Amino acid sequence: MFQEPFARGTSVIHELDPRSKVVVGVSYAFFVALSTRFLTLTGALIISFVLIGLARLNPGAVAKRAMVVNGLILFFWVVLPITFEGEALFDIGPFPVTRPGILLSARITLKSNAIFFTFMALVESMSAVTLGHTLNRLRVPEKVVHLFLMTYRYVFVVEEEFSRLLRAAKIRGFRPKTTFHTYKTYAYLLGMLLVRASVRAERVQQAMACRGFRGKFYCLADFSWSRRDCLWCALMTGLLIVLVMLEWTTRV
Amino acid sequence: MGPNGSGKTTLFHLIMGLVKPCSGRVEIFGRFLQKERDFRPVRQRIGLLFQEADDQLFCPTVLEDVAFGPLNKGKSPREARDLTREILGRLGLAGFENRITHQLSGGEKRMVSLAAVLAMEPEILLLDEPTSGLDDRTREKFKEVLLDLDLTYMLISHERDFLAQTTRTLYAIERGKIVRVHSP
Repeated sequence: MFQEPFARGTSVIHELDPRSKVVVGVSYAFFVALSTRFLTLTGALIISFVLIGLARLNPGAVAKRAMVVNGLILFFWVVLPITFEGEALFDIGPFPVTRPGILLSARITLKSNAIFFTFMALVESMSAVTLGHTLNRLRVPEKVVHLFLMTYRYVFVVEEEFSRLLRAAKIRGFRPKTTFHTYKTYAYLLGMLLVRASVRAERVQQAMACRGFRGKFYCLADFSWSRRDCLWCALMTGLLIVLVMLEWTTRV
Repeated sequence: MGPNGSGKTTLFHLIMGLVKPCSGRVEIFGRFLQKERDFRPVRQRIGLLFQEADDQLFCPTVLEDVAFGPLNKGKSPREARDLTREILGRLGLAGFENRITHQLSGGEKRMVSLAAVLAMEPEILLLDEPTSGLDDRTREKFKEVLLDLDLTYMLISHERDFLAQTTRTLYAIERGKIVRVHSP
């Protein structure tokens, strides 16, 4: 059962209009992904930390997620400096550690963490349902939004089905080992899950037809835009412009 | 009533046009119905409560799910919301609007599905084993709600007591034929 630990809160960030958060988050992400200067990237990272602070997210939960992301990035650090072509700084055994490799790994680390933390503060501070409605308002095609919301709705059902099937296997003495029997059992479980999911999908479609569904989805959510949202947008746009100038002015 | 597999649910699905007959014709409200769009007016006037609530609650929140029917019928979001609140209140579910559907208990899901079907304002209600899996207290509440409703309904159930308390005539499906049962 996955939780949404950051979705409920009382901070300044939680009170902002979700549309502004999504738009700011996405613009920020695009910009950071395209930047190359360390000055800009460090500035972006600082901004992301400030946002996390403003959103008053649980530091333990943030740290846990950060470790997962940085664990993956660590993999880059192991591979890139050794395999990237360029001027070598020093050697580890037979492998030359190159300067461009280290610089690239550092950039990737800064970019990933900056985008990741910003998204945690801006996008994870709303529930998946709100995110779905926000995307709808931002003109993302209705079908995509509803696919997202339906997936969210039914992933819990699928998870429950799977635990039920696994439980049924376990109470009949099933214990996972590296044997052909185990692989076959897991394959059966997955297959059964797929079949049940498909049958359920058909039933949901029937239920929707019975309630008059004709292909159009309606959104009931209310959004309210306040002065605070205007200030927030202005501030973030300003910051982004500063970063853009940092990025471009000293590029030759 | 009828043994498992005798075709009770299929009968309901035939009425709602979810399943097409292999032979014979379907006549409802004085008209013969064949194509999918012939059944659309039927679905506005007859509501079907499915056996499994999870199949019926497909929106993330209770408010959206109950409002789904009215919105499809052409009501404005405001009207749909007001209607939803009224129905939830009537079923003792006031305050449930913003609850997340998959987090509800079995009994709550069943009641919310009933609310969702009633929001369509049907004239006739088809209920497919509505009390299966419910505890005594929820079953009692369901019975009260049912008896309070001002419309015709058809129930499929294995529970004779429940049927005796909520219906006037009992039918059974035996070997593909609908037979009237005379209660002792």
